[in-house]
Amino acid sequence: MSETYEVTLEELKHLVSERALSGETVLLNMGPQHPSTHGVLRLLLELDGEVIVNCVPDIGFLHTGIEKNMEAKTYEKAAVMTDRLDYLNTIGNVLAYSLAIERLAELDVPPRAQAIRVILVELQRIASHLVWLGTHALDLAAMSVFLYCFREREAILDILEMCSGQRMMTTFFRPGGLWRDVPADFELAVRRFLRSFPARIDMYHALLTKNPIFMDRTRNIGRINAEDAIRWGLTGPSLRGSGPSNDIRKTQPYSGYEQYDFEVPTGTNGDVYDRYLVRMEELRQSLRIIQQALDMLPVGPVRSNNRKYVPPPRAELGTSMEAVIHHFKLWTEGFELPKGAIYSPVESPRGELGVYLESDGGPFPQRVHWRTPSFVHLQALPVLSKGHLVADLVGIIGSVDIVLGDADR
Amino acid sequence: MGIEQKLGNMGIVTLKLEQVINWSRANAMWPMLFGLACCAIEMMSAQAAHFDMSRFGMELMRASPRQSDLMIVAGRVSRKMAPVLRRLYDQMPDPKWVISMGDCASCGGVFNNYAIVQGVDEIVPVDVYVAGCPPRPEALIHGIITLHEKVKGETLKDWA
Amino acid sequence: MSEDHLNKAIHTLKERFGLREAEIQKYPPALLVPAEQVIAVCQTLNDEFGFNFLSDLTASDYYPEQEPRFHAVYNLYSHEHNTRICLRVPLNGDSPTLPTVEVIYYNANWHERELYDMFGFDITGHSDLRRILMPADWEGHPLRKDYPLGYEEPQFTFNYDDIDRRKHKARYEEA
Repeated sequence: MSETYEVTLEELKHLVSERALSGETVLLNMGPQHPSTHGVLRLLLELDGEVIVNCVPDIGFLHTGIEKNMEAKTYEKAAVMTDRLDYLNTIGNVLAYSLAIERLAELDVPPRAQAIRVILVELQRIASHLVWLGTHALDLAAMSVFLYCFREREAILDILEMCSGQRMMTTFFRPGGLWRDVPADFELAVRRFLRSFPARIDMYHALLTKNPIFMDRTRNIGRINAEDAIRWGLTGPSLRGSGPSNDIRKTQPYSGYEQYDFEVPTGTNGDVYDRYLVRMEELRQSLRIIQQALDMLPVGPVRSNNRKYVPPPRAELGTSMEAVIHHFKLWTEGFELPKGAIYSPVESPRGELGVYLESDGGPFPQRVHWRTPSFVHLQALPVLSKGHLVADLVGIIGSVDIVLGDADR
Repeated sequence: MGIEQKLGNMGIVTLKLEQVINWSRANAMWPMLFGLACCAIEMMSAQAAHFDMSRFGMELMRASPRQSDLMIVAGRVSRKMAPVLRRLYDQMPDPKWVISMGDCASCGGVFNNYAIVQGVDEIVPVDVYVAGCPPRPEALIHGIITLHEKVKGETLKDWA
Repeated sequence: MSEDHLNKAIHTLKERFGLREAEIQKYPPALLVPAEQVIAVCQTLNDEFGFNFLSDLTASDYYPEQEPRFHAVYNLYSHEHNTRICLRVPLNGDSPTLPTVEVIYYNANWHERELYDMFGFDITGHSDLRRILMPADWEGHPLRKDYPLGYEEPQFTFNYDDIDRRKHKARYEEA
């Protein structure tokens, strides 16, 4: 641990061009600690002056071994680790995991739980896009937008804290529904947010969208056409900026999304500016979804009744022997999923977040794999940044919206 | 109101040297941007307008270790990142302090496995540990104030 | 319409390559593919049936079962038909070989590097097979079942001094 392993040029020779080996171009290390790489990402840049000839990303600086650690815990305990993957979309990760378990076990989720799940996931999408906007604008030298975005985010985190007690790592969704029902002033808080937020989106548009500096720094930067984007595995707003309107909430809906009426914004050019516009429009569409879900919020239970997976309420423990047995089994060994494998994708603010869950019939997962959008999108970074300046690279990284916890798992 | 009374006629204040140095170090501590994971988002929240850290002197977060004196290790440190962390700590000039923010930096947190360093004090000496997963911005500010009090209690004998 | 398309694709693949369905997979429907035929099957799916997107490429370790020891799992998606299909490749041995599909789906590049890093697969034809998530000098392949978790014992009162003696604490002067 005290000695560092030096990666020599010999090992990377196949990645850099001939001009680097002869010394004509400069190899620059944009290190793991950098204010604009949005986390611990290391980029090896090959520069001809200031123009990027090649860019080699090096990830793994935040590798946490979550997949292996989840294999050592029961399903319920492993849900705690899921929040910490993509830490800007915490409740979306728990949704993906709970959906995978529910699909594999064929567990029903009551409609009230589905509606509240949609509301909280869309709020989290807005919160994640706000952090994206704040940091992206900060990298492109618009610092006040950063402060405004974090102010709005506080309102959303207050709502999450009201439901679950935690601002970020909530683990509010459990297999079968929610952990518990939302408190009485949940609806009031969300409606207050819905009233105040559209004016703020207009303010962000007024600050950035027609700003000549912002447009100069983002138009025609990092272009990718639709076919290349699909080949390189881009999904989510990064893909929709190039044209295709593929959104898992529309194509393979989950948790009641088919009931809500919303649009999927797309761009035309596939550059940084279009991806920015797509995400800004997604903020408005998320507000639409929350409005509809809140208006038709059904009453009822918030967790399934299937006692094999869901613990009984404590009031029942005094009267029913079966409840005691179920409680005992769930608390000591945890529930067991039927043997099988499933791949369950959801739409995270970054793209397609998929959980490949395989169970061998026991209480521990046989294999949990997270198909995370940031891991796949980082591969496209060399393609997006070829021929641009180093200053443009900062904008490109921001527009792809990577989160290193997502990429490294 | 306070300092003019002490100034007297000649405009001179008498203090111990330690008090002046500790006061100036504590009130203008510049943190280094070392946000790694989820705790970094709470650190950014603490820096933003709602829980302002600038009122404690930390207006700017310097990206360069040469220009900072406080390293807030915010987030989980993986084995690949550990040598980088130590090198950045060595690059910071004296006097320097380390706050270990969050459970993962203090003790490994939720992740007790092959990939995460179980506590950043295996690599750098830590002054203040802030618990939480992630700690609320107010908890981080409490940790910073605790560090300020620790700095204000340093004596000449420590530096000699 | 997508159901028919999917059934047609599965039927064609079963006939042309002699594949069977993998019953273990609940969703998406999966076919067992031997390692040598992976590239041909992927090419067919891409060219004739429009499966132009590789969602996920991962593997699963069935140690201590040795036959098969691993299953590599390819999840494919078709944008125009909105269907998913899955290919499972059974692999044996300690360092099994798997041909690369990165010429068809470009994003398989890093997925395969991760398979090498985490499981020790030998991906033939890959342009850049290095470790991706672990440090470059790491020994072992962490996601295998015979690799230890690296669990550190928590300190309780009865073993506090014991662990304290072994644990490394940094001091200021160490450079």
